[in-house]
Amino acid sequence: MSGRAGAGAALEARGIVKRYGRQPALRGVDFEADPGELLAVIGPNGAGKTTLLSILAGIVKADEGEVHLPRGEVGWVPQQAALYRRLTVEENLRLFARLEGHDDVEASVEQMLDQSDLADRRHDQVARLSGGNQQRINIAIGLLAQPVVLLLDEPSAGLDPRQRARLWEFVAALAAGGTTVIFSTHNIQEAERYGQRLLVIADGERLFDGGAAQLREAVQREAPEAADADFETAFVAYLHHRGH
Amino acid sequence: MRWLLLKDLQILRRSPLQAALLVIYPVLIALLVGFAISRSPSKPRVAFLNEVPQNTPFKIGSQHVDIIGTRNTLCERIECVRVHSRQQAIDEVKSGDVLGALILPSDLVSKLESLSGLNPEQATVQVIVNQEDPIKERLVDDRITSLLTQANLKIAREVARISTRYLHLIQRGGTLSLLGQPIQVLGLTSSDRILRALRPAITSSPELAALDKVIRFASLANQNLDLASPLLSSVAEPIKVDKQVISGATPPLDVFAVAVSATVTLMFVTVLLVAGSLALEREENAFSRLTRGLISRSGLLVEKVGLGMLLALVVTMLMLAGLEIFLSLHWERIGLWLVAILAGGAGFAAAGAALGAATREVRAASLLAFMVSLPIAFLSLVPSGSVSPTLFDVIKVITGLFPFKPALHAMESALDETGPSMGTALLHLAVLTVAYGGLARFALRRFSSV
Repeated sequence: MSGRAGAGAALEARGIVKRYGRQPALRGVDFEADPGELLAVIGPNGAGKTTLLSILAGIVKADEGEVHLPRGEVGWVPQQAALYRRLTVEENLRLFARLEGHDDVEASVEQMLDQSDLADRRHDQVARLSGGNQQRINIAIGLLAQPVVLLLDEPSAGLDPRQRARLWEFVAALAAGGTTVIFSTHNIQEAERYGQRLLVIADGERLFDGGAAQLREAVQREAPEAADADFETAFVAYLHHRGH
Repeated sequence: MRWLLLKDLQILRRSPLQAALLVIYPVLIALLVGFAISRSPSKPRVAFLNEVPQNTPFKIGSQHVDIIGTRNTLCERIECVRVHSRQQAIDEVKSGDVLGALILPSDLVSKLESLSGLNPEQATVQVIVNQEDPIKERLVDDRITSLLTQANLKIAREVARISTRYLHLIQRGGTLSLLGQPIQVLGLTSSDRILRALRPAITSSPELAALDKVIRFASLANQNLDLASPLLSSVAEPIKVDKQVISGATPPLDVFAVAVSATVTLMFVTVLLVAGSLALEREENAFSRLTRGLISRSGLLVEKVGLGMLLALVVTMLMLAGLEIFLSLHWERIGLWLVAILAGGAGFAAAGAALGAATREVRAASLLAFMVSLPIAFLSLVPSGSVSPTLFDVIKVITGLFPFKPALHAMESALDETGPSMGTALLHLAVLTVAYGGLARFALRRFSSV
């Protein structure tokens, strides 16, 4: 676990608490994210990953705690593609560019088509695109708000390995361009591979905040029997040692 | 908001089945209603066997009477299929070529003529119906019963008219033809007058007393026979209908039928479309993205209600234009039509939004909208007096909570000046629009839960 300095952070979350009825979903989660950082939020099912991202996106209200965005907007990309399947790629982008109030809607559409590498599919209805391409349009629409922080809720769920690779290439390019990307995932290998930092949540608690190498060190320290295992096995052993 | 409206119209255009239904449905309704209203009910085919010998005169007293009208008159009400025997009539009925058979027996005229004699006999006609289909049986029964009722009434009137003539002859005097010879009848009035003129010439007391008795009888008979004429008329037509309208103005039946079909179209198109369109935002996962600052939940509801009103206007006007083929609508009242359609559309759209917000899938929203709309529309058409007063009060409360009834009243009022009050209907619709809008807004709070 590591705390981080708040100076220059793109996003700061402090003491986030959320309850559904009497059931706590988040129990005072704190973290920050820097500009251009790729932050992976990982944890078992029901850990509170989607709830945390929804609170950061402003869709769900936290019962306690605060979220600061000193540098600008948050872009939100839900787990299921939030697209109109009967509209074309171009029409979806145009609709959301208009709703975002862009001055030059057509220029924004062209930019997003280039960025998502889907210019040649612009006239195709979204329903006819593969899951990977739908996810790229989904992310492109999230980017139309020109966010400083992009929140991706399990972006690679349901994609085949080749689609996943293309997606992460796209996401890495965004981060390289200065956009902070916070993504949740079940796929521990993917988090290790693409996340510059990992935020481990279990039962609504933050268990770990640091790089993949640091998590390995923590496993060696707390669950030495899993130290030589693959990253996923080591992660499961770590959770087990922490009582989750 | 206009971009969302444009998006919804684009989606509708991309759903050819839905768009086609939106056009075909009102046109189909218009055609069905138009045919039903503009065409008189088709005449049932009935085999007709007249066993009365040709050229048999029918007299009551000395008067020739047309029994049940000519064959043409009879066949104005039914399509007569001439048959030549009872067996042929039965075969035609059995084969289903005709709905039934009407047989006038050979003794029909003699029995009818006996009505004016001392030994009256009741005349009968025979009706043959195939009972395999109760609707057919009922249809033929109704038509023939109606015909015979008319014939009975006609004969009774004729008997009364002839009897009245005889009474007038006895009362006022005149000429009576008997065996081709004219006979002068003095009449009670003239007898009274002659006797009174003779009275001063009679001096003998017993003769005078007898004459006074005869004069008194003639005078009383004359006065009382005056009452016989209206009495016979009342026997000829025992029950006379005196229709009195005590309240409310009812538009003509065709206007009511047009209003019902327009309101049903308005209801289905608007409720289903808005409910489905709102549920689609959830199904496409776009709701949370839209309401993250791009548009408020209330704004989204207003857009959906606007979409419903716009399409309600287009589709209902299309339907009314289709009906113009069959009926002459009052196009000079188009301003009122637009008000009624938009107000009804707003009410239905708000109800659709509430139903759509209560569900999470388009299919569930459409099913719910259908299941709620249809029974309430039927209940709204239940007339008072057809069910018990308590049940009718319950129905009134239930139907008052849904926009169908006020929308129907608004359409009736817009289509014809004799319709119910439009102001009340519009106020009712406004209240329901706000109430359902509030419910929809409340339901949307749980629409985007994680």
